[in-house]
Amino acid sequence: MALLRVENMSHNFGGLRAVNDYNLEIEPGQVRGLIGPNGAGKTTIFDIISGIYRPTEGNIILDGKPIVGLQPHQIAARGLGRTFQNLRLWRHMTVLEHVKMANYSKISYGLVGAFFGTSKRHREEAEIEKKSHSLLTRLDIGNLADQVVTSLPYGAQRRVELARALATEPKILFLDEPTAGMNPEELIQMMEVIRQIHDELGIAIFLIEHRMKIVMELCEIVQALVFGEVIAEGTPQEIQNDPKVIDAYLGTEAVH
Amino acid sequence: MSPPTKDRRHLIRIRNLFSRVPLLGWLLGAPIAVTLEHLLGNQLALALGLSKIPVLFGSVIMLKKPVLIPGAVLYVVLIYVLPIGVFARLSAPLTNRLAARLFSLPMWFSVTIHLGLLYAALHFWSGISAYRVITLKLTLIAIMVTLSLNVINGYMGEFSCSHPGFMALGAYGASAFTVALFVNDKLFGPALLPAALGPFMFPVGLIMGGVVAALGALAIAIPSFKTRGDYLAIVSLAFMFIVKSLIENLEVVGGARGLSSQPDLANLPTVFLWTVACIWIINNFVRSTLGKALNAVRDEEMAANAMTVNTRRTKITAFLFGAFWAGVAGGLFAHVLRYVNPGTFGIQKLAEVLAMVYFGGLNSVYGSIVGALSLSLLGEALRPLEMLKWIIIPLLLILLMIFRPTGLIAFKEFDVRRMMKPKGEPRERSTSSAGEEA
Repeated sequence: MALLRVENMSHNFGGLRAVNDYNLEIEPGQVRGLIGPNGAGKTTIFDIISGIYRPTEGNIILDGKPIVGLQPHQIAARGLGRTFQNLRLWRHMTVLEHVKMANYSKISYGLVGAFFGTSKRHREEAEIEKKSHSLLTRLDIGNLADQVVTSLPYGAQRRVELARALATEPKILFLDEPTAGMNPEELIQMMEVIRQIHDELGIAIFLIEHRMKIVMELCEIVQALVFGEVIAEGTPQEIQNDPKVIDAYLGTEAVH
Repeated sequence: MSPPTKDRRHLIRIRNLFSRVPLLGWLLGAPIAVTLEHLLGNQLALALGLSKIPVLFGSVIMLKKPVLIPGAVLYVVLIYVLPIGVFARLSAPLTNRLAARLFSLPMWFSVTIHLGLLYAALHFWSGISAYRVITLKLTLIAIMVTLSLNVINGYMGEFSCSHPGFMALGAYGASAFTVALFVNDKLFGPALLPAALGPFMFPVGLIMGGVVAALGALAIAIPSFKTRGDYLAIVSLAFMFIVKSLIENLEVVGGARGLSSQPDLANLPTVFLWTVACIWIINNFVRSTLGKALNAVRDEEMAANAMTVNTRRTKITAFLFGAFWAGVAGGLFAHVLRYVNPGTFGIQKLAEVLAMVYFGGLNSVYGSIVGALSLSLLGEALRPLEMLKWIIIPLLLILLMIFRPTGLIAFKEFDVRRMMKPKGEPRERSTSSAGEEA
């Protein structure tokens, strides 16, 4: 059974059809890619599936249960983690606090624990802290735990975002252009990290990317999206050689 | 960093001189100074040309009779600064050892000792005059109100204007409870319970006041937390005016004339304990991951939501929590003055509370304490200027917003454990504090 299934999903922004009849099926542990020119609606698809927008039409089924209409935090708690294209970090919080925060839905000490500092709270916070430290170490940013995120270099901030998404313990991870704005060295490191996460944790990954090279290296199956519609789906090689994709990326003129 | 100037070097030298004094040292010094004031205060004040002991460190007479300023300053130095300073410095090795001993004991024990010393100092200090007692009580209440508003405006980053309204709800809620139970009153009839039960039922009354305020907050929270933006500011401002005119027109609680004859239950220890409880609970909350969710919602709500944080519940909970403490503070306020009228809880109160929050510093328990203390003191000092006071305080705020937009002590954690720690070698202390400044 597919881990995530999207059936005939469409979404309108007013009169604009941003996404049209979109279908997707991701198996556990699979790495999928979504490519397309700017404004094709890639991020909109992420936002709809993760619950920020409600689709105008269609079904979304995560792990056998429909998730349309749920709040983003509920969908996240059911195992869909995500990062954002333009880093949405909490600027006054430390790296460790970011990762701890992503455990929110698992906290059981409640308001009584928060108000009166019960021993249950201290125990739970210590547990979360330990877990967070080991996650940070795994992503090679353990030494930055007490830094405020705004003081970090860009590549490290990206890793914090990734660590935060992983801390929600997702079954499937949505990565929205994880290498945007990175220099070649950071880019190679990031690809290594993504591959490592996939190999060690075995979670499914759904990736939006601009750069063909990354998609080629990481993904098993890729969809190409233009004006909210999937124009091609297949292995990276197939996509790369598909005339419709080349058209969309380079324009008809260039092909002639 | 440029080399420190001469003045700065002096300051650093003074700081280094006292860098090894633990909190315990200062707290032990304070009762000594206060005892000194009880024994010698009057004679010294007369000798310095003052008619009586300066009530608030000379700030009250400062503007009325500027001639007396040197005498008042000298008094403050001789009675407070010198004795406390000398004692704290000389006893540092001893108090450090004592602090280390306390530090190894359970936390609650050492907190109780520290608070006991603080209370003793405040109690004897305020014993000099009734004016001191009431100013101290109102300042403690101001700390509660400021802190509870900081939860909403600072930690959560929304802009709420309804705190005077919540205080009013708390004040009237708690007053109605105690007056109906313990006072023979025209409005509520004869007393239902013997007055001896008063002190035991008073916490119930205060909590009821807080709950009433929180219920009022729910009426704001449900419509305005669906989205972000200026809605809350507008809705909450409207709420404040609605509460005010509602009470003005409610004859059951005295209407615009106000409600009086509250039983005398808010003595200094009661107010002190409630303030401590308020600081403790709020500080616990904002340091837990559940409380930190407020910061996440403030800085990036969408990301918070995607990281499993139930943002709407978080916002509503925090808003109700802030309102609850404003209500409790309002209840105490009513019982300290033993009279309330709806006029008190208007736009001027709002300006005062907002000023304390933003002056002290957002997202900071320290900041709220400092803001409430300093503006209460300043307010008393500027009282002779009457309306001019309301030009000077806003001006000060404008200056602060230009030079320190987040307030004096913003974004600092209030770590009680670290405060009570014995102080190590002066060298390592000074380098670490220099690092913090950089």
